Amino acid sequence: MPASLVQTLQQPFVANAVVAGTAIAAIAGLVGFFLVTRGQVFTGDALGHVAFAGAAGALAFGLDLRVGLFAATVGAGVLIGALGRRGRADDVVIGNVLAWVLGLGVFFLAVYTTSGGAGNGTAGITVLFGSIFGLTTQQSTTVVVVAIVVAVLLLLIARPLLFSSLDPEVAGALGVPARWLGILFLALAGVTAGEATQAVGALLLLGLLSAPAATAQRLTTRPFAALPLSAVIAVADTWAGLALSLAVPVLPPSFSIIAVASGAFALAIAASQVRRRVLGARAA
Amino acid sequence: MAALVGAYQEIFSYPFMVNAFRAGTVVAVVAGAIGWFVVLRRQSFTSHALAVVGFPGAAGAALLGISTAAGYFGFCIAAALVIAVVPRAAGASRGEESAVTGTVQAFALASGFLFSSLYRGFLSGISALLFGSFVGITGAQVTALLVVGAATLAVLAAIGRPLLFASLDPEVAAARTVPVRALSVVFLLLLGAAVAEAAQITGALLIFALLVAPPATAQLLTVRPGLGLLLSVTIAVAVTWAGLAFAYYVPYPTGFFITTLAFAAYVAARISHAVGERRAFAGGTV
Repeated sequence: MPASLVQTLQQPFVANAVVAGTAIAAIAGLVGFFLVTRGQVFTGDALGHVAFAGAAGALAFGLDLRVGLFAATVGAGVLIGALGRRGRADDVVIGNVLAWVLGLGVFFLAVYTTSGGAGNGTAGITVLFGSIFGLTTQQSTTVVVVAIVVAVLLLLIARPLLFSSLDPEVAGALGVPARWLGILFLALAGVTAGEATQAVGALLLLGLLSAPAATAQRLTTRPFAALPLSAVIAVADTWAGLALSLAVPVLPPSFSIIAVASGAFALAIAASQVRRRVLGARAA
Repeated sequence: MAALVGAYQEIFSYPFMVNAFRAGTVVAVVAGAIGWFVVLRRQSFTSHALAVVGFPGAAGAALLGISTAAGYFGFCIAAALVIAVVPRAAGASRGEESAVTGTVQAFALASGFLFSSLYRGFLSGISALLFGSFVGITGAQVTALLVVGAATLAVLAAIGRPLLFASLDPEVAAARTVPVRALSVVFLLLLGAAVAEAAQITGALLIFALLVAPPATAQLLTVRPGLGLLLSVTIAVAVTWAGLAFAYYVPYPTGFFITTLAFAAYVAARISHAVGERRAFAGGTV
């Protein structure tokens, strides 16, 4: 069995997927932890919408997909961070803007599809749902380098960021630059969304950002245990998902990864519910 | 004028365009009316979640060889029931609650993707399910949309008055023995049906274009319920007609045109609302 496993991993597309998937999952877990702690999960949703429009726009204008992708997600992250409390519009405004951003993405995609050759037809599906088995070695190297930069920057600001997330007023009084930290964090979240779009796609990256982080928080209440745990769970979800798709090829890898991540989260909720009931019974 | 009449005759000389306009009109009327209550009750993200769940329903129905409309209705209404019945989890933080919503949403979209890719040759149909399409609507589908739409509007008309009361001031309504909880369950079921209808024209991801933007526009322009409902339905129908006409001439998805037109109407109403407020303020200080 190990021999065939080695053979599988030696195929370049599998190796690229495992390397890039690990890097992406690790930063998605780290960023996701802060998104959940700061109550900004829906910012992650917004970044997914913007990622789609940005990538489709780049394709329509004949640019590299990743240029539009990262420009859009980082730009949106900084913008949302800078608007801050003033930008906290009501759900009708947010929903209308997001719907229109998606509509714009569809338009760009149609421009690209009608202008180009036969291969252009599936580009939209690739952006929406990812194609981790389609990454080239060069693309996967870029993904890893970007992920390392994101992880290092995030770990450098982790302590003050966590402080200002949990208790913004006290942190502000002690001179923590909460506003700038928030903007930098959302810029990093933007980069992460751009990275995750290449693995699981713009529509599904929300699952990779929220499920592992929320699973980790169910398992431990200590923030500095939950942060690395979230990254570990995200990586494990991704590996299990990739393995599942290799074993059952009809399952697209982005489906398998999200299915495993959702399943793990559901298990964690059930386990903590059972534990609470048992502890409650023992106390009574 | 003559050009407009010519265009009208050309568009309606194709049976598929006639069906598209019939279906679009039914859907827009239902979405405009139900949507007015959605915006009033601040449930726009519930409607978005229901539509996202409708996507695997429609894709799964296609996989099983059933009509996608049946998949939309089945899944959207079932999801509405689940939301209405399952109580909020005790002990869950607000951050976790949104993480649950995000995870469920991603899982639903992932399942829809799986069903679509299992159904070979349907992968191009994914964008129609997500972003709307108006070609290939049959007469039977129009009838189904009409029947469900009429039933939805009839129930809405029956519960309209107490629902309005319960939406505006739930506590006072409850004190006056209005069954607030039962009304909200019934309304969620109506919402499920309306979302399933709207998703068939705008696609699962763009239902805001018909279900939220037109009523939000109407509520910026008037606070009177009767007039607001009428305005909301009118805007939804106008946006749908114009969107379908654009999509006939330019080969881009219907969803893009409908979303853009609806969003433009909403932005215009916001600007005129802001200008009106400033003028009223200036008039007051003079």
